Amino acid sequence: MRVGIIGVGWYGFTPSTPELSFREMVFEAALRAYEDAHVNPRRDVDTFVSCQEDFWEGISISGEFAPDPIGGTLRPVMTVPGDSVQAIMHAVMHIESGISKVTVVESHAKPSDIITMEKIMEFAYDPLYGRIGARNFHFLAGLDAVKFMERTKTTKEDLAEVVVKNKRNGLKNPRGSYSSSLSIEEVVKQPYVVYPLTSLDISPFTDAAVVIVLANEEVARKYTDNPIWITGVGVGYDSTMELSDLGRSTYLRLAADKAFKIARLHRLENVAFFVDDTYSYKELQHLEALKVQDPVKKLREGELYADGKTPVNPLGGHLSEGRPLDASGLALLLDAVEFMRRGEFDKAVVASWRGVPSFTGGVAVLER
Amino acid sequence: MMLRKVAIVGAGLTLFRRRLKETPQEMAWEAARKALDEAGLELKDIDCVITSAALDAYDGVHMRGEHIAHSGGVRKTVSRVYAGGATGGMATISAWYHVASGLCDKVLVIGEEKMSHALPHPQSVFRYIWDPITEKPLNPNLIWIFAMEMYRYMKTYNVSKEEIALVSVKNKRNALNNPYAQAAANITVDDVLNSEVLVWPVNRLDVSPVSDGAGAIVVVNGDVARQFTDTPVWIVGVGWNMDNPQWSNRELAYARYVEESAMMAYKMAKIERPDKEIDVIEPHDPFDYKELHHIEGLKIAKRGEAPKLLKEGVFDLDGDIPSSPSGGLMGCGNPIGASGLLKVISIYWQLKGIAGRMQVKKPVYTGLAQNWGDLMQMSAVVIMRR
Repeated sequence: MRVGIIGVGWYGFTPSTPELSFREMVFEAALRAYEDAHVNPRRDVDTFVSCQEDFWEGISISGEFAPDPIGGTLRPVMTVPGDSVQAIMHAVMHIESGISKVTVVESHAKPSDIITMEKIMEFAYDPLYGRIGARNFHFLAGLDAVKFMERTKTTKEDLAEVVVKNKRNGLKNPRGSYSSSLSIEEVVKQPYVVYPLTSLDISPFTDAAVVIVLANEEVARKYTDNPIWITGVGVGYDSTMELSDLGRSTYLRLAADKAFKIARLHRLENVAFFVDDTYSYKELQHLEALKVQDPVKKLREGELYADGKTPVNPLGGHLSEGRPLDASGLALLLDAVEFMRRGEFDKAVVASWRGVPSFTGGVAVLER
Repeated sequence: MMLRKVAIVGAGLTLFRRRLKETPQEMAWEAARKALDEAGLELKDIDCVITSAALDAYDGVHMRGEHIAHSGGVRKTVSRVYAGGATGGMATISAWYHVASGLCDKVLVIGEEKMSHALPHPQSVFRYIWDPITEKPLNPNLIWIFAMEMYRYMKTYNVSKEEIALVSVKNKRNALNNPYAQAAANITVDDVLNSEVLVWPVNRLDVSPVSDGAGAIVVVNGDVARQFTDTPVWIVGVGWNMDNPQWSNRELAYARYVEESAMMAYKMAKIERPDKEIDVIEPHDPFDYKELHHIEGLKIAKRGEAPKLLKEGVFDLDGDIPSSPSGGLMGCGNPIGASGLLKVISIYWQLKGIAGRMQVKKPVYTGLAQNWGDLMQMSAVVIMRR
């Protein structure tokens, strides 16, 4: 599999965007992506994939509003609710099946418009036996974190080091609205939101729109001399909250197995990782699912830093940029593309998660 | 590029009813189990699952794809597609490219909608499909805008309400042969015209009823299809198209997005004369006029001429191009996320020759299923051949 990423565009990555509606944000991101790819969406694009979810949008069948801002009116637009790496998988399949040569993927989030986030999160639990009236939807992450930490002997200081690393990595990233220079002590001293996570261990929500232009190998080479290739993609679903593995990311292991097999990625050497860090412990748990050996030890030895042997979230991840709901997967992919365009690493793994209370994740393998 | 061949080898439906006791997950699993049984497969044989559900508000569940995925997708590659009424068709198209791309070999598509637990009425869920700034403040009802489209179609092509009512009569009659149908009946044109006016010119019997129901299909790589059946049904063409949501600014008499979706599918299926090359059709019919509207968009009939062909019996079970032999949504009900799968499954069973009392009289080789959705802007077309 070789699907080229020939253009990327984004807008926002700020706590609020009162100046634009979500549709205008998508338009701005699309404009930048098409400029980056040098394509005209009305002439050069065969199919589109849009990723958004009703309750986040406050609109039923929210995909209705997908076509206009991306130039997709009266064109084949596929609407895929979920994490946007799932949308990337659909786009890759459009191209690999031969029905499309150029496919655009869009995802966006405007959580600053949401005034009932706790209630929406409650709706993600099973209506018969999952809605326990939890006042804090992070509780599931707390349970998951404790199980992970006990099994892997991870300490609160290790989690704090992930926070310090990622928030510092984001300082040079224009999307790093939540980046800062902190010490481990400052993180550990914060009060708990839910044990063992402080507010600094939890990625804040952010408003963002991201648009990615993909092309088959032949077309990609026409548009750019140095495309980034997607060489493998996979999505995994574990089960419901009650039946999934707590303390490990089985969903991401399933996704990685598929993506790595397609990409023939057998050795994780000279690979940069762009991994969901919605919660600090998730970065380590997700690395474990991606078959990175002993990630906690590597963290302690400095290997996961931006200048380390195995950089993880060198642009700051969600802890620096914020978590743009469904667009989170595309945010990580965007980071990977920008990082690889600098020429430092030839391979990257993007690993995304749907967030609590889901046990769904997606993995994409990128090569230069 | 040489496309990988893709076949449907199994299908299952639940009853379509105003209220089913089963939960959405139970309905979805019942349909999935039937589809697997027909294919002779077990869940462990499936590598990818696509869930088909239209509005999150119907189940009242956020991240609804995950909720339904429990009915077959545990520890598999799962994703969901949604496009209002076109969801089932889009899920089928998605299954096609899951397999055609080589990413998956055996795909289970599961669709469900449980509309009955929306209060005070399932229609109330549609209060939130509108543009939140320009339309929502008006609190429009979904039937209002379809009434506008129906009237525009009647006015533009000089079509009478009596002619349109014939679709309702035909489809509800066809549904008498369908064991899953909710609204089968022997009715007359007068019954339709004398039923309550909901929003003129839409009467109650011009509209499909709200339903609970689920459907599922098994889609596999063509190389292995004959391991499961001697009579696979091949997906030979897919097409979909989405107009913008500004329904108020466009010509409603003709659905250009339907034509665009059909042309995409016809090109793939190498069909040049759809009216001559397609033997049986299932156009989306949540309203009776929509069947005619879509038949014209599909270029099975010229613009404004579908009512004439209907009167001549072309679309009857024993006609040249039987339309909605399952009874369609007018006869079976319209559980939105599953109704598109009903259309696909009907054509699959027709081509496979196992439609029972629904089987059309003439031999059929090529069939078309079409769905319509979102804010009167979306069409999905699947062409199958035996």
